Amino acid sequence: MPLTYNLQVINLLAALLLLISFAMLSQRRIAGLITLFAWQGAALSASTAIVAWSTGQHHLYWSAGITLVLKVIAMPWFFYRLIKKLNVDRDVEPMINIPTTMLIGIALVIFAFNLALPISQMSGTVMRSTLGIAMATVLLAFLMMITRSKAIPQVIGFLAMENGLFFAATSATYGMPLVVEMGVALDVLVGVFVLGIFFFQIRETFDSLDLKHMEKLKER
Amino acid sequence: MEIYCLLGIPLSGGLFLGLWGNRRNAPEINALFSFLTLVAAVALTARIIAHGPMVVAGEGWFFIDPFNVFLVALTAFVAFTTSLFSRPYMRIEKEHGRLNDKRLRLYHSSYQVFIAAMLLALTTNNMGILWVSMEAATLATVLLVSLYRTPASLEAAWKYFILCGVGIAQALFGTILLYFAAEKVLGSGGTALLWTHLNAVKAQLEPTVLQLAFVFLLVGYGTKVGLAPLHSWLPDAHAEGPTPVSAVLSGLLLNVALYAVMRSKVLVDGALGSQVEGVSMAGGLMMGFGLLSVVVAAFLIKRQTDVKRMFAYSSIEHMGLVTFAFGMGGPVASFAGLLHMTMHSLTKSAIFFAVGHATQKAGTQLMDGIRGLIKTSPTIGWGLMLGTIAILGVPPFGVFASEFLIITTAMHEHAWATPFLLLALGVAFASIFGRVQPMVFGETELPALPHQPALVPVFLHLGLVLMLGLFIPPYLAQWYRQAAALLGG
Repeated sequence: MPLTYNLQVINLLAALLLLISFAMLSQRRIAGLITLFAWQGAALSASTAIVAWSTGQHHLYWSAGITLVLKVIAMPWFFYRLIKKLNVDRDVEPMINIPTTMLIGIALVIFAFNLALPISQMSGTVMRSTLGIAMATVLLAFLMMITRSKAIPQVIGFLAMENGLFFAATSATYGMPLVVEMGVALDVLVGVFVLGIFFFQIRETFDSLDLKHMEKLKER
Repeated sequence: MEIYCLLGIPLSGGLFLGLWGNRRNAPEINALFSFLTLVAAVALTARIIAHGPMVVAGEGWFFIDPFNVFLVALTAFVAFTTSLFSRPYMRIEKEHGRLNDKRLRLYHSSYQVFIAAMLLALTTNNMGILWVSMEAATLATVLLVSLYRTPASLEAAWKYFILCGVGIAQALFGTILLYFAAEKVLGSGGTALLWTHLNAVKAQLEPTVLQLAFVFLLVGYGTKVGLAPLHSWLPDAHAEGPTPVSAVLSGLLLNVALYAVMRSKVLVDGALGSQVEGVSMAGGLMMGFGLLSVVVAAFLIKRQTDVKRMFAYSSIEHMGLVTFAFGMGGPVASFAGLLHMTMHSLTKSAIFFAVGHATQKAGTQLMDGIRGLIKTSPTIGWGLMLGTIAILGVPPFGVFASEFLIITTAMHEHAWATPFLLLALGVAFASIFGRVQPMVFGETELPALPHQPALVPVFLHLGLVLMLGLFIPPYLAQWYRQAAALLGG
């Protein structure tokens, strides 16, 4: 049966997605992080395309195409250029305690699977079992945003979260209506563009993209 | 037809002003586009009053009913008065050397796009597009918050982007769950996220999924409403951005975000309807978040030294109050919530206009540095004083009427909440009034402003608030009642 075979490939890609999320958590270099982000996008795009092919949901091809163009080609390219221009490609995040972060990550994955269980039981899609992985990707990206102190890794965490949400939409309902997906993609694109401008402003003012300088605004 | 004008005018305004740059009359063009938007909004409103709710375009991409048309009118009105205010304000800022032509061009262009995004969020029928336009509204204002390029403003803009981005990602997940539930009943495709379709079948939607969806939607859009404990971006963004931006963020964006929450609440209440007695799960959550915001904001107001920050916290307090009122539900509370939303928008933007000129005069936002406004420029002083009195809920201003209705309903239905509300309102009153009083009446040697400040909008807004406090025209009351009924009153 081709469907079971496809399903196995989808599950494999989903596992890859989760693995890349963990790799991102442990990656110290910004350039490496961007490469991982591109791979995550590729896994997402490939799995979406396979779902589209095996279930005949044609609008998912669009979704896969948008992901491929935006998240595998355009954004990584943009980020590479950005770190070259801003001259932060050697930046290494002085992260404390990767093992602890990983352990928290594992706990989050277990939590995500528990959270997804009731929803995936109600879902009628072939790939409902991957919903837990989608949730885990979202939570791990969230964890990455919390633990990182530099601007670009935080944004990549944010985009990885978007990846997880897209994957969740595909697993639970074969994707959102096309108009909405287009709109979301447009927002993400504009958002990254706005951030590009914004990075230059931060760099100009603080002479660094380290967010440690940005801790002045607090309730005293 | 009106709907296309309503969305098309600000959008083309954004494009045009982006191309036009900051030539001599860019501020006037900005005001002109805002005025045309207002005209379109009034035309749309007149049509809704005459013919009732309508669904237009394609499969029903836009949906206008009394609830959102009143917010459309309010948004267009405040956007127009703010553009009038920003004309002299920005000119003075430029002369102070805080802004240049390039940044003003960005300001004018983003301002129009921001208005367009908010109007799209209000009029769209698609819950997904609602999400998209909320995010677009955030993106349009990120660079406006950091317009001064000071370290503090960049930090505020970063915080605004990241916190609202994460928040709104939760809302996206909520929307996915909503679609997941809807797909089972309505079938997949573009129409399953249309609010009117969802509303028609809301009783058949899977309650557990919708419950979960609402939690995510409330947390997501609630971040943008500024509900505690998700509020920490709000005071920073309001205090560090230019004052016209603070005015529209506070007066309009928060309303639009709350509107998104309310649209979701109607669906969840419908799905859970038969199961729960008394307060619905969604209502209970909103009451909790609302009450927490009111109390937290009131006590934080006390500690502020920056005038714009103080009034930003006051916005959190008032949005909390409105959320609480909507959470209680029922015809009176929903009516009061809608009225309070209107009053807060008008009053708070008027206060920000007055505060903007006062800070320009004093050259600082610290309240200790602003003194004796009434001596050197009586109109600013009176504007600030009257605005403060109005927002604190002193009769006969309209805020009193809405707060009175909210509190009396709370006494009847949820007596436990009343002491918290009264305590918070009392604390807020004492601290804000105590701070504003010396700013207006103290001794001063501050110089006058180089340009005539734009204070017509201030008194226009306050006049409306006063009028609505004394007398609500019957058609407006009727309109509010219809809107309240739509909210499940």
